[in-house]
Amino acid sequence: MESLEEIKARVEAAVPGAKIEVVPNAAVAAQSSLLLDREHAVALAQFFRDDPALKLDHCSNVTGVDWLDRKVAKKVKVKKVVEGVEKEVEETEEEFFPGYLEAVYHLFSMSLKHGPVIIRMRTPDRAAGAHLPSLTSIWRSAEFQEREIFDLYGIKFDGHPDLRRILMWDEFEDFPMRKDYKEPDDYEYEPTPHDEVLEKAQQHYPPRPQLDGAEKITATDSHG
Amino acid sequence: MSENQIDEGLRSELQKRGVWVTSTQELYNWGRRNSIWPLQFGLACCAIEMIATAASRYDLARFGGEVFRPSPRQADLMIVAGTVTKKMAPQIVRLYNQMPDPKYVISMGACAISGGPFKQGYNVLKGIDRYIPVDVYIPGCPPRPEALLHAFMELQRKIKEQELTGKNKAAHLDRAQPSEFPVPDFGAHDLEPPSNPNIFHPPKLERV
Repeated sequence: MESLEEIKARVEAAVPGAKIEVVPNAAVAAQSSLLLDREHAVALAQFFRDDPALKLDHCSNVTGVDWLDRKVAKKVKVKKVVEGVEKEVEETEEEFFPGYLEAVYHLFSMSLKHGPVIIRMRTPDRAAGAHLPSLTSIWRSAEFQEREIFDLYGIKFDGHPDLRRILMWDEFEDFPMRKDYKEPDDYEYEPTPHDEVLEKAQQHYPPRPQLDGAEKITATDSHG
Repeated sequence: MSENQIDEGLRSELQKRGVWVTSTQELYNWGRRNSIWPLQFGLACCAIEMIATAASRYDLARFGGEVFRPSPRQADLMIVAGTVTKKMAPQIVRLYNQMPDPKYVISMGACAISGGPFKQGYNVLKGIDRYIPVDVYIPGCPPRPEALLHAFMELQRKIKEQELTGKNKAAHLDRAQPSEFPVPDFGAHDLEPPSNPNIFHPPKLERV
């Protein structure tokens, strides 16, 4: 199969106005992917499916990723006048990257026996703008998985035939797979808490008594 | 010794003379404990062990519990075999409410007891005893068929001890005891209420 750069060049020529970005993956797996622009995603997906050299007729997996707002500290050299002399001073600047949600599709070709080609789409933000075009019209197998992403990440897929929650109940309002999800506090006694569970557990421990000594938390049966 | 029981010495004496003596309570409990019909449903991998228990190798029929009923109206025992998700919990409580008295519950496996490996997750109920009373708990992930048989025998022992009259009569004969429990609603963030405070008493945390 041709490289992602070759695919990008060919598909951009075939779909006028479309913008594709190659997202490199430096890890050992080296599964780099193609980032599609939202406006042309359906036309691009159609090209991937129908192009005789690609024939990506099988969408095996669709998943979501939540990227929170990021602040990256950068060191910048700035010219400044210090005590009447112009000097180069290092300053740290914070760069802000707004968060977004991402849908990732893994495509294979059954007829040409190659793959995977990984395509991504990103929402402009994590709130009201969390809309993406649905690719269910191209790959039918994306239907339930897009519903699952809608359920757990809150991405609305425009053009999806039946966009309802699939795992959680309809009355549910949160998106549990988002990184800032707070689960309901129904904590009870945990015999060996650790890490995040320990933090959660400590919020429920009774207040420390005046005498501070060797102590441990135990549970007593409230039946007596 | 309770007023409902017969003196063991007198009974064996009579038996030697060819007279078999029993009481209504004993006969009633003997019949009940040897024909416990479970409700036929499974929730996760524990259900596979439950199926194995009912099949020929472990043979639950030896204890009179092989008649798995597809309707709660005909069932005496609910084996909660597997992970109870929050989406499933109201249906479990509703099925329990539809079972006729006397009815019993076996909470099978780590998930049904406490949420098990999924306890810190967002979609799993942290134990079915938050909504319905449980008679026997079986730990394990999943418990072996022998463990389910042990729980079954434990339940039979419990039924054998139940009294029909008097102060300590069984809960299903006491009109003051509830036989149905409120079905939780699907809330915006969790089940409403997250547990039934009348039957669920979590351990109290204390510093010692």
